[in-house]
Amino acid sequence: MTGEPLLAVAGLHTHYGKSHILHGVTLEVGRGEVVGLLGRNGVGKSTTLKAIAGLVHPSAGEVTFEGRSIGRLQSHTVAQLGIAYVPEERRIFPLLSVLENLRTGLDRRGVDKAKRAELLDKLYAYFPILAERRNQPGGTLSGGEQQMLAIARAMTLEPKIILLDEPTEGLMPRMVSQILEIVGALRAEGVAVLLVEQNVPLTLEASRRVYFIEKGEVRHHALASALHVDDPVIHKYLGV
Amino acid sequence: MEIPLDQILIQTINGIVTGLILALVASGLTLIFGIMDVVNFAHGELLMLGAYMGVVMLALTGSFWLALVASALLIGIFGALLYVVTLRPLIGRDPLTTILATFGLSLVLQNYALWQFGAVSRKISEPITGHFNLFHLDYPWYRVTVALLSAAIIGGFWLFLKLSTWGIWIRATTQDRVMAQAMGIPVPWVLAGVFAIGSGMAAASGVLFAPFGGVDTTMGLNWILRAFIVVVVGGMGSLAGSVLAAILISLLEAYASLWVSPSQAVIVSFVVLILTLLWRPTGLFVATPK
Repeated sequence: MTGEPLLAVAGLHTHYGKSHILHGVTLEVGRGEVVGLLGRNGVGKSTTLKAIAGLVHPSAGEVTFEGRSIGRLQSHTVAQLGIAYVPEERRIFPLLSVLENLRTGLDRRGVDKAKRAELLDKLYAYFPILAERRNQPGGTLSGGEQQMLAIARAMTLEPKIILLDEPTEGLMPRMVSQILEIVGALRAEGVAVLLVEQNVPLTLEASRRVYFIEKGEVRHHALASALHVDDPVIHKYLGV
Repeated sequence: MEIPLDQILIQTINGIVTGLILALVASGLTLIFGIMDVVNFAHGELLMLGAYMGVVMLALTGSFWLALVASALLIGIFGALLYVVTLRPLIGRDPLTTILATFGLSLVLQNYALWQFGAVSRKISEPITGHFNLFHLDYPWYRVTVALLSAAIIGGFWLFLKLSTWGIWIRATTQDRVMAQAMGIPVPWVLAGVFAIGSGMAAASGVLFAPFGGVDTTMGLNWILRAFIVVVVGGMGSLAGSVLAAILISLLEAYASLWVSPSQAVIVSFVVLILTLLWRPTGLFVATPK
């Protein structure tokens, strides 16, 4: 990584009511870099993404995006800066059509009609199934299709980074390899990805670097190429 | 008792006219409930203030139609301000707090109107005075105009929701506020905007109805009670449901008043409400319960 990171999280603490979830998470993502975040269930991976997206406000610590502190901003401002969020539950707008779901991100200030059409064509080329179902309510899509829509919807923001929370959860193997392709395509376009996953082989294949998180803290960090699936480090933090 | 056919037809038209005004009141209420789960007890007072604003603007401009537009705009802005100062701080709290807040607001607004405008009812004369002959009865054109105008406002609003960017923002925010905001939609503005639109629609119905019933400080109460019934019967948060329920209930009341006095005919609304709550509590016109 050279120069200033795109995204830097330093000593992040969060609380849900009285329970202390993150105990000082520190990590960095460079421009166009795919970074994996691995850890067991409930260690704070999703909360880290939510805190970056502005959905959870940190009780201590700093989130810096392109040198600007964003930890106190409302989530719509964070999104407008170029941070897109794909939640674990996908959260498609169920009664909006596929096209309208995409319009939630396309119809923003500074994007003219021609640019919108161009973006939409590009997304439909990536996800032909969405073009086919463009007038269907989002809630009627299958799980895999909803995942595609959630990622496409995030891409409508033309983000500099996408926060992907367990994109392959509950998907068929064919869909899983498609997710891997999409992450590759994003990287090729220079979009950074912070990927939270349970699927270790996929994470190692997609990411350049990997962070291991345990009990709300980053415990280890390594180049993905230096790890293999049954590495002792992976056994230690994931218990597989 | 034999009811002549022309009577039934006249009551049908009356029912549709009242139903469309009621639908205009109920749309704002159901929209606000749908997007922020707030039952706005001050909605009737916004209608009442809208009617008074119509009186003031009519005196100022001399034009009923200008007064209608000005009142809807001003009360719309006022509604957004009310939302920002009283309801926005309560977001995420127990729904009871918003009920108390809007109820308190309605008392304040009612007494403000009483202090400002006095207890004597004001009159707005019909801007269109012509009549046409309907079964040997003079039927005022103004009533028909009001019905068409209400339908046009609701129809225009529906198209706005369906096609415009703001419409998509409003619907996305209604379905998933957190995700809408994570998509960069300025949700705090959308909520204030919805309050403005709902308030403006209430004000417009207040001005449009004023020539029929006059303007007084308690006129909001009459409407709000029926609007609540409509919103529940139509399905909380469903715009189409509210419009259909408004017309259904107004028609039933109009037919009932063929046999009983209009004040007794109101009972029909309550019967419909009770039956709905018993058999289909999610609303009559909601395709699949949420």
